[in-house]
Amino acid sequence: MDKNKIIELRDITMEYEGEQVLKGINLEIHDKEFVTLLGPSGCGKTTTLRIVGGFITPDSGDVFFGGKRVNDLPPYKRPVNTVFQKYALFPHLNVFENVAFGLRLKHTPESEVARRVGEMLEIVDLKGFDRRGVNQLSGGQQQRIAIARALINNPKVLLLDEPLGALDLKLRKEMQIELKKIQQRMEITFIYVTHDQEEALTMSDTVVVMKDGTIQQIGTPQDIYNEPKNAFVADFIGESNILPGIMHRDYLVEFAGNNFDCVDAGFEPMEPVDVVIRPEDISIVPASDEVLNGVVENVQFKGVHYEIIVRAYSDTWVIHSTKAPEVGSIVGITLTPEDIHIMKKSDVEKVNYFKSESESEGSSIEQEI
Amino acid sequence: MKKITSKIYIAAVFIFLYAPIFVLIANSFNKSKSRTVWTGFTLDWYTKLFNNEVILKSLLNTLIVAAIASIVSTILGTAAAIGIYNMKKITRSLVINITYIPIMNSEMVTGVSLMLLFVALNINLSFMTLIFAHITFCVPYVILNVLPKLRQMNRNLYDAALDLGCNPFQAFRHVVIPEIMPGIVTGFLMSITYSIDDFVISYFTHGSTSQTLPITIYSMTRRKVSPEVNALSAIIFVVVLVILLIMNLSDIRRTSPKKKKRVKEKQS
Repeated sequence: MDKNKIIELRDITMEYEGEQVLKGINLEIHDKEFVTLLGPSGCGKTTTLRIVGGFITPDSGDVFFGGKRVNDLPPYKRPVNTVFQKYALFPHLNVFENVAFGLRLKHTPESEVARRVGEMLEIVDLKGFDRRGVNQLSGGQQQRIAIARALINNPKVLLLDEPLGALDLKLRKEMQIELKKIQQRMEITFIYVTHDQEEALTMSDTVVVMKDGTIQQIGTPQDIYNEPKNAFVADFIGESNILPGIMHRDYLVEFAGNNFDCVDAGFEPMEPVDVVIRPEDISIVPASDEVLNGVVENVQFKGVHYEIIVRAYSDTWVIHSTKAPEVGSIVGITLTPEDIHIMKKSDVEKVNYFKSESESEGSSIEQEI
Repeated sequence: MKKITSKIYIAAVFIFLYAPIFVLIANSFNKSKSRTVWTGFTLDWYTKLFNNEVILKSLLNTLIVAAIASIVSTILGTAAAIGIYNMKKITRSLVINITYIPIMNSEMVTGVSLMLLFVALNINLSFMTLIFAHITFCVPYVILNVLPKLRQMNRNLYDAALDLGCNPFQAFRHVVIPEIMPGIVTGFLMSITYSIDDFVISYFTHGSTSQTLPITIYSMTRRKVSPEVNALSAIIFVVVLVILLIMNLSDIRRTSPKKKKRVKEKQS
């Protein structure tokens, strides 16, 4: 990938109605990169996108496009286009005129308008819909028109604000693939805002995880998933077991009443930590004295796997497995050192706060911490 | 049985509503000046009407005032509505309530206070004062018709226009105005209607040469109801009826093709 930096945000802060929505955002975006801003609602991701688009001016900090400071450049002078939440198509214009809107403003000759709109409609797979009213289209079709309307202006960067939020699951999955294809074909930068972690992992080159107006972690989807920087990221990206532990020394951690070898180092001796373990990394084995034993409390079929709740020691574990043990039976749990991720303790309370809001799986685990 | 009673009831309502108008129209063709005796068919009153310069002059006045007042108040009202829409919550509800006052207020009070204002400012009552007065009571109707359209509009539409290269003025012209057009048109039509119809406020604010039709009719009937007034009223009634029919017909034509299309899509 071309590592040409085209957008840079430096120390951006933003206050809205007395609330600090962005607390010092620093972000670099490169040419032809698919960047996703990911976070729960109210984390500041849409505000960040609107600052890049020029719809709002940050209270402090600077926005650079290609090395030039553009804080006060209005949206119509920026080389970016936006796909808005709920599309914001112009209801008084038909499909053709919606897509042609940007070209018409530049007084493009009629023949070129017709040609380019035709091309664009072909890219988004809506050839022959020219004369339809936009309200006659389905959600997915309106979505494609919104993308075509933005892309026809040849932006360097396309901003997408939860563009798939209003679509059903199957259509979402199709559009995720489609969007990625379009991005690669047009060879432009996408900045994508979503609260859906799966969407972020599927499409992005870089994921920016945000919470409460700060960036928690920036990395590739693999980095973010496999090496979450803190308990919040671990928990927001996929499901996690987060257990209280004590770091005895480098590479040795105590939790759930046992000592485990791990691959983390650099903590104070006897420092309390969070231990994060992915549900799919845990293996269920026959109960024995050599392993951690627990009682199966619940088993749910989830399609690809079973979700198994096991109570072991004083903790509740969420385990994903393709085999389902019987409810009430006693099983053993094993982990390899690579499966154990050690996090600094600081963020636990905030995780609890978020979890109680989202009501996602495993919330009982945190409440016990 | 129920059906018959309901039909009779509806008939009674319509007779009650329209009988006076039809009596008036019939009388406008009556040779006799008396309203109680039919002495034969004539078009004399219509000829007299069209030769009556006072009536024609005040008709012209009415139309000019209505045209200027409604155009000016449509522009002012639309601008005001957009301003109000972008205000902060508290100021917005305050200003909206202030806007309501002229509508809720008794016309008599509005008329008298406008007259007193003009007198206090030493402005002679004239055509200008009449137009000013009409603009004053038309603006709120425009605001109250445009505001809901702005509220219905997706806020992102304006941003989308900027995003696609419009400067604020272009965004306004190409996107916001078409979006709120139905509200502007309704506000405009209401302004025209109220302006043509207004008697009370006009009565207090018109000058000696700027009588409007309602005022002229009133002064004509003060002595006795001249059959010319019947003829004039008949014409006004027919014109209004025709306009209503045209509006309804075009409405039906506009909505019906879409319905057909939708049905076809469903079938396929």
